[in-house]
Amino acid sequence: MTRPKVAFFSFGSCEGCQLQVLSAEDALPDLLRAVEIVNFREAVDERRDDYEVAFVEGSLVRPADVEQVQGIRKRARILVALGACACLGGVNAIRNRRSVAELAREVYGGRRDGVFTTLPDASPLSSAVLVDYELRGCPIDRDEFLEAVRSLAAGTVPVTPAYAVCVECTLRGTACLLERGVPCLGGVARAGCGAVCPAYGAPCEACRGCHDVPNFEALGEAFARHGMARAVAAEKLQLFNNYREVRETWERALPSPSGT
Amino acid sequence: MGARASVTVRHLTRIEGHGNLVVEIEDGAVRRCDLEVVESPRFFEVLLKDRPWDEAPRIACRICGICSVAHATASVQAVEAALGVVPGPRLRALRRLNLAGEWLQSHVLHLGFLMAPDAFGAPSIVPLAGSHPDLVKRVLRLKRLANEICRTVSGRHVMPVSYHAGWSGYWPQVAELEALQAGLAAARADVAAFVAAFGALAWPAVERATEQVAAVEDDGAYPMMGGPLRTTAGRAAAPSAYRELLEEYLVEHSASKHVRPAGERGGGGATIRVGALARYALAHDRLHPDAAAAARRLGLDPATTNPFDAVPAQVVELVHAHAEAERLVTALLADPAPEAPVPPRRPQGGEGVGIVEAPRGTLIHDYRIGPDGRVARANCVIPTSQNLASLEADLRVFAPTLLDRPAAEITHALEMLVRAYDPCISCAVH
Repeated sequence: MTRPKVAFFSFGSCEGCQLQVLSAEDALPDLLRAVEIVNFREAVDERRDDYEVAFVEGSLVRPADVEQVQGIRKRARILVALGACACLGGVNAIRNRRSVAELAREVYGGRRDGVFTTLPDASPLSSAVLVDYELRGCPIDRDEFLEAVRSLAAGTVPVTPAYAVCVECTLRGTACLLERGVPCLGGVARAGCGAVCPAYGAPCEACRGCHDVPNFEALGEAFARHGMARAVAAEKLQLFNNYREVRETWERALPSPSGT
Repeated sequence: MGARASVTVRHLTRIEGHGNLVVEIEDGAVRRCDLEVVESPRFFEVLLKDRPWDEAPRIACRICGICSVAHATASVQAVEAALGVVPGPRLRALRRLNLAGEWLQSHVLHLGFLMAPDAFGAPSIVPLAGSHPDLVKRVLRLKRLANEICRTVSGRHVMPVSYHAGWSGYWPQVAELEALQAGLAAARADVAAFVAAFGALAWPAVERATEQVAAVEDDGAYPMMGGPLRTTAGRAAAPSAYRELLEEYLVEHSASKHVRPAGERGGGGATIRVGALARYALAHDRLHPDAAAAARRLGLDPATTNPFDAVPAQVVELVHAHAEAERLVTALLADPAPEAPVPPRRPQGGEGVGIVEAPRGTLIHDYRIGPDGRVARANCVIPTSQNLASLEADLRVFAPTLLDRPAAEITHALEMLVRAYDPCISCAVH
């Protein structure tokens, strides 16, 4: 059996998802037997364009990113989006409610003409190209990535959970944070992370986006029942789910947080 | 032709983030020498703005996958400074253990995955698995141990979860700490093998004086968890007065700010450098005895300013981080009950600066928290930003010494110098 040729690319991101791939440690030798890596700038000098599977991390943040991802789409038979930035816009999209001029003024005193070009919106890959599979999360889950590689190498389809993070908290035996008045999005959030955040004392912030049938009205009611404003639920959703088309799924159901 | 050379490398490999190297030499003189930082900023200082302060460490850690524990630590310390929270000694020990895990992770990644291929003439770590199987096995084992430390303390290494002002969202169980203790003991041989493998390597020499900076702790510990800034030029400043030492400025070819000694105004071309070499220069007498022995074995001179000596300095710090992790796990096991949360003394907020030594050097988060409980202003000063001017100045010194070599060798040597700085460009631009 020939090994599929795979490539890794990154746009606006922290490259933490690629680091998760390098953190496969024990599984790396098996991984390298299953696929041939022809492009992985973070770790490998070699660069070839004859890849069949492209793993792409990051949001589209520059005009050049759009052209490059379209080129990747043309060459790759399968394009996999890695992580919240690539799948949803992620934290990058928090800034989309402000103009680029305002951002440049805040960070650089406004004197950045010509040094970088920035798109008005930080966007997920799907805004520019067809994405075949999405590996969600900030960062991606190492085992989910390995499972996806095994599936793709075997010619089958990787399956990822479509239910709520609350299910995983229950399975794990983590006491409910929402019931303690902590603004947790587990009820609408897509699972697959093992509910690691609530187990380590932080609310779920829906870095994997929402599951297939989220009830945002009920989320707002649950926040209110536990002593928080319903707008707090919207404010939390802004963290990873603020890209225009993602935001549209929840913003009518919840009151706007102040100042946005 | 011997006096002319032109090197352009688009998207340098084996570094974190996107950078281009552009060097032009004519008649033996360097006409141009830029490390172009071409990424778009993600505007993290604005992303933090208006968010509730409890979210700050979780947003800030997304600046960088490799340094996410350092960012979470600097961020939570900035929030604590603003709110008047003094974390207890065991919470600090827990955070220090996590940071030691990140140092191990980052130094092993940099030395094993990014620098070792240069040393052994390979394009990546992949062929080394065939030619140096024992070393690669140890690299992977140490990396896994480092991941395990961070997973135990904060849920995962990339994007740690448990950071809150005055408390930890998770306190490791005795069985988890015992497992780390056993893993760390078993890894002593791997650490020793690292010292032996890297002790046998020779690196180029680039001699150029620069002021080196580190946050040196008040309690006599090797610089890690932050403290007053000190420099090899004898200058010093409290964390909140970092601007008295360091001045951020803008250059045309980089989306990352550069940093110079404050008051320099660019005229004298003075540079600063942070990272393993700076820490070693300023605090080598505070290393764990095993790390000090490794430094002697590697012949590392505290007075060196050769940027390639950052490689042995990282090896020394790898030994230190491992020893620190062992010490801290033992200390936490001696008193494993969670420490009581420390409430804010100044809940109305204010200004706060948090400093840590990230694997790549001094990292500063500077926040103002408003009475509404939200971040009103944020500024992050990144180690790589502080190193960029120094890196370019070293390239200017190094490049003319290479002119008698073939073009591919010149390019490779210059790339090696960039990598020796262990730049993290995603961080630098943020």
